[in-house]
Amino acid sequence: MINYLARRIAISIAILFAVSFAVYLIFAILPFDPAALTCGKSCNDPGIIEANRKRLGYDLPIWTQYLVFLKGLFLGRTFGEGAATIFCPAPSFGYSFQEHACVTNSILEALPVTLSLAIGALVLWLIMGVGLGIVAARYRGRAADTGSTIFVLIGTSLPTFLTGLLLLVFVVVKWRILPYPSGNYTPLFENPLEWLNTMILPWITLAFAYAALYTRFVRNAVIETLSEDFIRTARAKGLSEKVVLRKHTLRAALAPLTTMAGLDFAGLLGGAILTEAVFNLPGLGRLSLGAVVDFDLPIIVATTILAATIVIFMNLLVDVLYAFIDPRVRVAA
Amino acid sequence: MSFLEVSDLRVEFPTSDGLVKAVDGVTFAVERGETLAIVGESGSGKTVTNLALMGLLSKRGSRISGSAIMKGDAGNLELIDLADVQMRKIRGKNIAMIFQDPMSSLHPYYTIGDQIIEAHQVHNEVDIEVSTARAIELLEMVGIPDAANRLKAFPHQFSGGMRQRVMIAMALVNSPELLIADEPTTALDVTVQAQILKLLRELQSELKMAIILITHDLGVVAGAADRVNVMYAGKIVESAPVGGLYANPLMPYTHGLLASIPRMDRGHGKRLSAIAGQPPSLIALPAGCAFAPRCTFTERVAGGPDRCKSAMPALTEHTPGHFARCHLEGATL
Repeated sequence: MINYLARRIAISIAILFAVSFAVYLIFAILPFDPAALTCGKSCNDPGIIEANRKRLGYDLPIWTQYLVFLKGLFLGRTFGEGAATIFCPAPSFGYSFQEHACVTNSILEALPVTLSLAIGALVLWLIMGVGLGIVAARYRGRAADTGSTIFVLIGTSLPTFLTGLLLLVFVVVKWRILPYPSGNYTPLFENPLEWLNTMILPWITLAFAYAALYTRFVRNAVIETLSEDFIRTARAKGLSEKVVLRKHTLRAALAPLTTMAGLDFAGLLGGAILTEAVFNLPGLGRLSLGAVVDFDLPIIVATTILAATIVIFMNLLVDVLYAFIDPRVRVAA
Repeated sequence: MSFLEVSDLRVEFPTSDGLVKAVDGVTFAVERGETLAIVGESGSGKTVTNLALMGLLSKRGSRISGSAIMKGDAGNLELIDLADVQMRKIRGKNIAMIFQDPMSSLHPYYTIGDQIIEAHQVHNEVDIEVSTARAIELLEMVGIPDAANRLKAFPHQFSGGMRQRVMIAMALVNSPELLIADEPTTALDVTVQAQILKLLRELQSELKMAIILITHDLGVVAGAADRVNVMYAGKIVESAPVGGLYANPLMPYTHGLLASIPRMDRGHGKRLSAIAGQPPSLIALPAGCAFAPRCTFTERVAGGPDRCKSAMPALTEHTPGHFARCHLEGATL
């Protein structure tokens, strides 16, 4: 197990270097002058552009730029000289001229928002999806099953921005249950109630779409597992249907859910762009979206590397978790 | 009265295509210490017969009628319309079952110790230590070396033959009066088959249980059973002591089955004979003998092939204990 883990971590790190370099290449490949972009779209003062080019190191060859970038990640990086010096401490992902801030700071501001959104939604959709899926499988072909099928159909066909807008129209505008999203984020530990007010609708919006997928998955997995030979063995022992379902069926049926939930969660941490946009949440999704619109290259590079890191790390975590769940994997590993 | 008397057992499955008569009026008896083999090809009703006895058929999906009275330790019990709760008390305690594929019949996520101990705990209110000791005792009985340590092993760490031994240990943990073995050796190597059959024989004489051995392999039956019921299209077509059946099959179907066993002494270069045609659909059974369309002996019947196709022969006794369902009425085939 230790060997396996060490090997997996080594591979993950290698992949991260490859990803970061590939992403960094956009500075060289895209037909934009990164220095020109630093002073806005309508700016064409060659003096400022050249000064910024030197300040941000865009005058160096791409290889050197990448190495400086890597060095900044570990040691921090200073931009410019004299009075206009800006220091971004490690891990420095660079400096964004659009935001006038170290990229790492922008990300650290957005990350808690996206984390709150993703964790809350994950909990909600797991409860809904697993619960509904089990009920649908247990009462297959009856009213509860039909109800869950309708839920799945609606959940999978409604795009999240529409669900989000509908929630806004009814809950916020018509019924005035919640205030209109302010575009600000209140951390959980600062004001839990305010935090909940901000997050509840985005959670429901995201969870609705995922819960539909999970309901269908869990229903099918439970039905499939119920027809396994080892379930017949469990019944032949004289176990009650409750024990057969809870102990023998669910353990086997829900194991693959670990992989699914882990990867979906990782995907969301990269930024739930639509949901964040609809509810005006200052998370990673909105940050990336803004960066793409404004050609804010340092932020694009940083968010992409962050998303890749999260996906790679979650993959690793899921595989390790799976080894605890399924003894067959444990031995093979 | 015999230990188990099944009379006029019928199992029907309503489907959208029509009523499937899987078991069509089956009558037989088994004594303690006796092994009854039920032989037939896939879909002949042999497994469904026994699932009906175990109460393992879905009540919503099937119609069961007839009677199966077990005169055992729990008194006289009518197995066919026993309430679920009562059936559960008998299942795994008085009647145990082992299945075809030991690879898939054990739960992959639990140790074999957990699974055997669970089978004991369901029916006995004893400490876990008592059940553990019993599990070790059984594993030793079925010939698994180092039993105490092997309790902690998972099914995938055993070979096929060893897994079937584990299944047998699990089935026998409560000393059942009736063991239903559904194709217990089909998935195993030939040498392992012989070991498992020998083990079942030994355990039977030790524990004085009745065994119903379901198989499609007449080679298995020869060494393992006392009596044989041959089933075709949901009906018993021949029933005889093992010796009588092999020496003098009275029903053309049995004759065909015996002729299709590969034999070392048949001589080089001879083709293996097979029964031509397909088993009939259980939805639209012919009015007469279900085997008539595939039978090569119909010309010899008094009244000719038309009689076979129009009238169902009765199961009649030709020599003491040897019954056959054929218009040939005991003629040598």
